[in-house]
Amino acid sequence: MKVTTDKINSNLVKEVEEISGQKVSACFQCGKCTGGCPVVGSMDIFPHRVLRLAQLGLVEELLHSRTLWICASCQTCDSRCPRDVDIPKVIEALRLLLLRRKGGNRLHPASLSARVLANAPQQGLVSAFRKYAK
Amino acid sequence: MKRTGVFICWCGSNIAATVDIELAVAAAKNMPGVVFADQNKYMCSEIGQEIIKEAIRSHRLERVVVASCSPRMHENTFRKTVAAAGLNPYFLEIANVREQCSWVHKDKETATAKAIALIRTAVAKALRNEALFASELPIERRALVIGGGIAGIQAALDIADSGFVVDLVEKEPSIGGRMAQLDKTFPTLDCSACILTPKMVEVAQSEKITLFTYAEIEKVEGYVGNFTVTVRNRARSVDMSKCTGCGDCMLKCPVKVDSEFDLGLVKRRAIYTPFPQAVPNKPAIDREHCRWFTENKCRVCEKICPAGAIDYSQEDELMTVKYGAIVAATGFDPKKLGNYGEYAYGKHPDVLTSLEFERLLNASGPTAGKILRPSNGRPPKNVAFIQCVGSRDKAKGNPYCAKVCCMYTAKHAILLCEKVPGARPFVFYIDVRTPGKDYEEFYNRAYEEYGATYIKGNVSKVFPDGDKLLVRSVDALSGALVELEVEMVVLANSVDARAGAKELAQKLSITTNAFNFFNEAHPKLRPVETHTAGIFLAGTCQGPKDIPETVAQASAAAMKVTALLGKDSLLSTPTVAEVDEKLCTGDMSCLVVCPYGAISEKILEERRGRETVRRKVAEVNMVLCQGCGACTVACRPGAINLKGFTNEQIMAEVEAICL
Repeated sequence: MKVTTDKINSNLVKEVEEISGQKVSACFQCGKCTGGCPVVGSMDIFPHRVLRLAQLGLVEELLHSRTLWICASCQTCDSRCPRDVDIPKVIEALRLLLLRRKGGNRLHPASLSARVLANAPQQGLVSAFRKYAK
Repeated sequence: MKRTGVFICWCGSNIAATVDIELAVAAAKNMPGVVFADQNKYMCSEIGQEIIKEAIRSHRLERVVVASCSPRMHENTFRKTVAAAGLNPYFLEIANVREQCSWVHKDKETATAKAIALIRTAVAKALRNEALFASELPIERRALVIGGGIAGIQAALDIADSGFVVDLVEKEPSIGGRMAQLDKTFPTLDCSACILTPKMVEVAQSEKITLFTYAEIEKVEGYVGNFTVTVRNRARSVDMSKCTGCGDCMLKCPVKVDSEFDLGLVKRRAIYTPFPQAVPNKPAIDREHCRWFTENKCRVCEKICPAGAIDYSQEDELMTVKYGAIVAATGFDPKKLGNYGEYAYGKHPDVLTSLEFERLLNASGPTAGKILRPSNGRPPKNVAFIQCVGSRDKAKGNPYCAKVCCMYTAKHAILLCEKVPGARPFVFYIDVRTPGKDYEEFYNRAYEEYGATYIKGNVSKVFPDGDKLLVRSVDALSGALVELEVEMVVLANSVDARAGAKELAQKLSITTNAFNFFNEAHPKLRPVETHTAGIFLAGTCQGPKDIPETVAQASAAAMKVTALLGKDSLLSTPTVAEVDEKLCTGDMSCLVVCPYGAISEKILEERRGRETVRRKVAEVNMVLCQGCGACTVACRPGAINLKGFTNEQIMAEVEAICL
């Protein structure tokens, strides 16, 4: 991992900020998000480091991370962030960045039975649509 | 034997947890001379003091011993207590059973034994205490402020505002100091000159303030209320009464020298004012570089001056003035970077110190306020700001934090973004420290609104790389290596004490810390006083601080000065040396060791039988004597004694403690 002038000035950081509507630069790395994340045990890059790598333009490194797909968007981090950064939105932006490159949902709503649609948690379904197979 | 009372303080649990108070009280009651002993949880409280006063009355006490904290804390309190009950305040003796006993011991049994020994010692001394009386000293109602930066300016203005006369002595040809070199000030981005120059002008216009620029302190003698100071007014070679400040001489002078004010980024002439808004706006000739003084040629300025103000024959003049109080406000120097070759300072023109960058920002600076690379005159796009250069570095810099760099770097980052559209500031830091009103918010703006990238990791090395600079570091937060190509590097070099601070401290008889910053009398409760009465501190000569703190301290120092000068007279301490002329042999060993010049020779005329004999003896100036006691040790016949600490009293203490 190396930070360079080119990477830090790249458009990727701006894109993440544009998609998420969040100021990645606002994070001052207190670590509260990671401290409270209920699924952090399964993440390879912790939430506060996601923000840090984004700040430094290391977006490519993030796009290969499991963290993007482990995050449950539960908003625990967001509700406690002292810098008012909506971290799930940033992570969602990273997912979108990847999806826009590769395209294709893992699930199509039409393929699901009425029973699954009625019983499965909505947030899980939304995630599943986006979690495509490479 | 004098009727003595002993009062033992618990100091809450400070003493009582380690010393068995009951046992100590019982022991005290059996000491010779003691007719009363008591204890209280807080002897210094009103209730505690009442106990002492009541006991003095009801038990007809003649001497009082308080076993408590260090006399530095409460000796004065208890002296007032016994005085209120009608005793001479010097009949009080303190046994320090806290700092010298309970705080430094754990075992209660031995600590109690030691406390009892200390009380016995104090009682032995108290029995020999004699009544002492303070004498009154006159006060010279004039103040001296040394240093004409914002600290000295503020102190002088405030003292003058209280109606006292002030002399302001500044080494440079103009007042203004470091603040005059700055462009904007954090966190409000006020223009530094816009808020400073009105104060400079106010100093010049004040009827109470006399300004001595291009002047230095030569010698300081005397004591609080009565200092005698010799000031060297350096030869300016310009007659201040004739000069109109037109500036023609500076245009025609053929000599060009690095401007100190612009840190060598531009040249000044040999006849110069440091900057356009100088006060006084009258030039001085730098004799080290002037062609007339170095080569006996030229005299162009003399020919050009329409007022006939040039005077090459001027010489340094010494003036001796009496002052009641002195404020030291001599400021700081930015750290020289000789030890930091890794940052390529001096090797690449685009590596600047923060104050040099500040000059680039300033409209009256070398680039008229444009941020341009010294190498090619073009604006930089990426700029690396390196923090803690020579600060927090015990290996080859200063171990302390320079305090102002985090904030001025945030300011530099913001101003860079405002002045150079599209430019990117990168700040390499160890910690970002922003305690202060509106400071954190200001720093937040630098990275949130202006997009300054803060990288936690100091730059290890700056590599000149063609016309660019490569900076290498690590982002300690992510572990990522950092290698940036930048066009300019700005080094936040540390704050050093002003060159010559040590020498001035010696002249003033004040102490400095290991880094030559002047020591305050108490880090919390006496932050503007020094250990030398009548000498006060303002600004960065005491330690790194920013402008608001400097101004606050300067006003505080001014307050202390006016409180002193407002008194009718001063009470001198009576614990001074005293010569027994009968025993004095006149060998004057005391005179040699006295650090205050308080001892002189005196000739006695004595009748011996039929003839009159003249005999030399020592004499103590009670006003100059500080009661250090060095003379009493040097005196071989034992003729000189320190009142309140006589040889008899000390010996009695030694005997008591050896019991």
